[in-house]
Amino acid sequence: MRSGIVYQMEVPHREPVRIRGFEFGDERGARACAIVGSMRGNEVQQTFICARLVALLANLEHEGMISAGKSILVIPSVNPFSMNVQQRFWPVERTDINRSFPGDERGGTTERIAAAMLRVAQTYAHGIQLCSFNQQGDFLPHVRISHQGPISERSVVLARDFGLPYVVTRVPSLFDESTLNYVWQQNGTHAFSLYSRATDRIDRGSAQTVTDAVLRFLVARDILSGMANVATVPAATTSLLREEDLVDLRTRRSAGYLITTVRVGDRVRKGQKLAQVLDAFDTHPLETLQSPVDGRVFFMRTDSLVQQHMVVLRIAPDA
Amino acid sequence: MKQTVFTAMLPIGESLVVQKNHICGTRRNGPRIAVVAGMYGDELEGQFVTFELARRLNECPGDLRGVVDIYPALNPLGLSSHEHGVPQFDIDLERTFPGNPDGSLTEVLADAVFNDILGAHACVVLHSSDARVRELTQVRIDEQDDAGLISLASLLNPQIIWARSAQSVSQPTLAYALNARGCPTVVVEMGSGAHINKNSEVWLVEGILRLLEKLHAWTGSTIALPYPRVVRGGNVAVLMASDPGLFLPSVEHGDWVRRGDVVGAIVDPLEGITRSELRAPCNGLVFSLRDYPFVQPGSLLARILEEER
Repeated sequence: MRSGIVYQMEVPHREPVRIRGFEFGDERGARACAIVGSMRGNEVQQTFICARLVALLANLEHEGMISAGKSILVIPSVNPFSMNVQQRFWPVERTDINRSFPGDERGGTTERIAAAMLRVAQTYAHGIQLCSFNQQGDFLPHVRISHQGPISERSVVLARDFGLPYVVTRVPSLFDESTLNYVWQQNGTHAFSLYSRATDRIDRGSAQTVTDAVLRFLVARDILSGMANVATVPAATTSLLREEDLVDLRTRRSAGYLITTVRVGDRVRKGQKLAQVLDAFDTHPLETLQSPVDGRVFFMRTDSLVQQHMVVLRIAPDA
Repeated sequence: MKQTVFTAMLPIGESLVVQKNHICGTRRNGPRIAVVAGMYGDELEGQFVTFELARRLNECPGDLRGVVDIYPALNPLGLSSHEHGVPQFDIDLERTFPGNPDGSLTEVLADAVFNDILGAHACVVLHSSDARVRELTQVRIDEQDDAGLISLASLLNPQIIWARSAQSVSQPTLAYALNARGCPTVVVEMGSGAHINKNSEVWLVEGILRLLEKLHAWTGSTIALPYPRVVRGGNVAVLMASDPGLFLPSVEHGDWVRRGDVVGAIVDPLEGITRSELRAPCNGLVFSLRDYPFVQPGSLLARILEEER
């Protein structure tokens, strides 16, 4: 393992912002895979997963299991500056690194960071980003791919190698075009966004699931070798979904306490009652949310208070 | 007349309500314009503009021969808590248009506002600068389709019209979405966020009255400022911080500078040294100037409109 500073920036009254990278395998070999953790200051789980991968890859490298002529880069946190003050976006400027790609070395603060990141990251054949959503809630761990042409057709095939239950493809909007995933894919890297269950806290179970998925992918792509199975959890049968296939359940006519009766990953039947909204002052039921399809709970909001028009659950329908 | 444009229930006995002041003149079927403010909770200059505009219209009801819809607070939760985005979700409302009637709360809100404005003869979207940079009053338009909007923008009494390709005028903003549907819309940027600058805001109100006058919807008095400077993207020099520290400007906002003049310095409060000195790369007008003194590499310090006085 070789550790180094991918990018450094001086800031007032604090130590310099240092983005650390950990490289494994053949230093002069083919750059096979880059794994990137937190870009936002609340992405604790994403940083933790990368840190676990650093520890595991160090052991695997020691045992000679990184394929000859290949190298792997892990960057656990692109944004330690925000993480250390528990702010989601870049303090003061309020900019989002993951909305600053492809970046500009002479541009704004987060554009400079994005440009430096991309300069390194785009030299790798495969790119894995540990991502979070802006919605507070639990997700089934899954892979997302920005669907934008021939390269993503191949990426969709490769994504099955993670062995996660779902691969979700999304046609990017203009708003997505400044993300690492989009620009990576545009620049010829097979880019995968991996979503874990949690964001601002460590969820060890789903961290293990995602860690195993990454190792499984590295084995399947022959980046790790000499081992039959590095993952502790068997691969799932992968279903391919388009973003628009997911079925949203919303609070259509009420707001109040949210009481759910299912958990993420549960199988649900059409017509099954999944959640209720209760009145804030006397708890009488205001609205019952029923599943419109057979499927699995893909996302569930974890807030106890909900507003009107809020997505409370997303169901991945059965094929 | 106060009207409710959108309402959504909040968890504990309250509703989020977006209101507009629907001011009808002597011709109910006359031209309609929309004036929109309060998209970000920390941008307050539009609050005074909407107040002053409503006051002027109330003062001379017989002079209005059309309809003015004033939306002072598209993000009432943000305004009430001085948060830039929509509280709880940290969502940028200005990146949500044209909205979605089946979407999240902010998307449904955006859809309701968008459809309420649609059909207006013109729309003016009011933004303040944020607390970090002070701006001269400027109208920003997309350089791709500026031909029709420059004449509209020039009526508003801005100091500058900036035709550029930038996020502030691009999809999925309210201005972009309305222009795409045939409602001429311009974005005004001014001031410094959480302050009121009465002088420039009164000029802008005069400008909105000029717009009504141009549409034959206002017969009262108006005051016109000299024709604004029209800026193309390439005519603007942008000064960024290359060092961290405290930015001390040597010029005033709105000053004219000559190439080589010192615009400011970045100093180190710990060591008592100057880390870098910023000089004007061209002759011109300082139309944006850093207000919040702490800077990092990449922080915007100043923009200079390249021009001979």
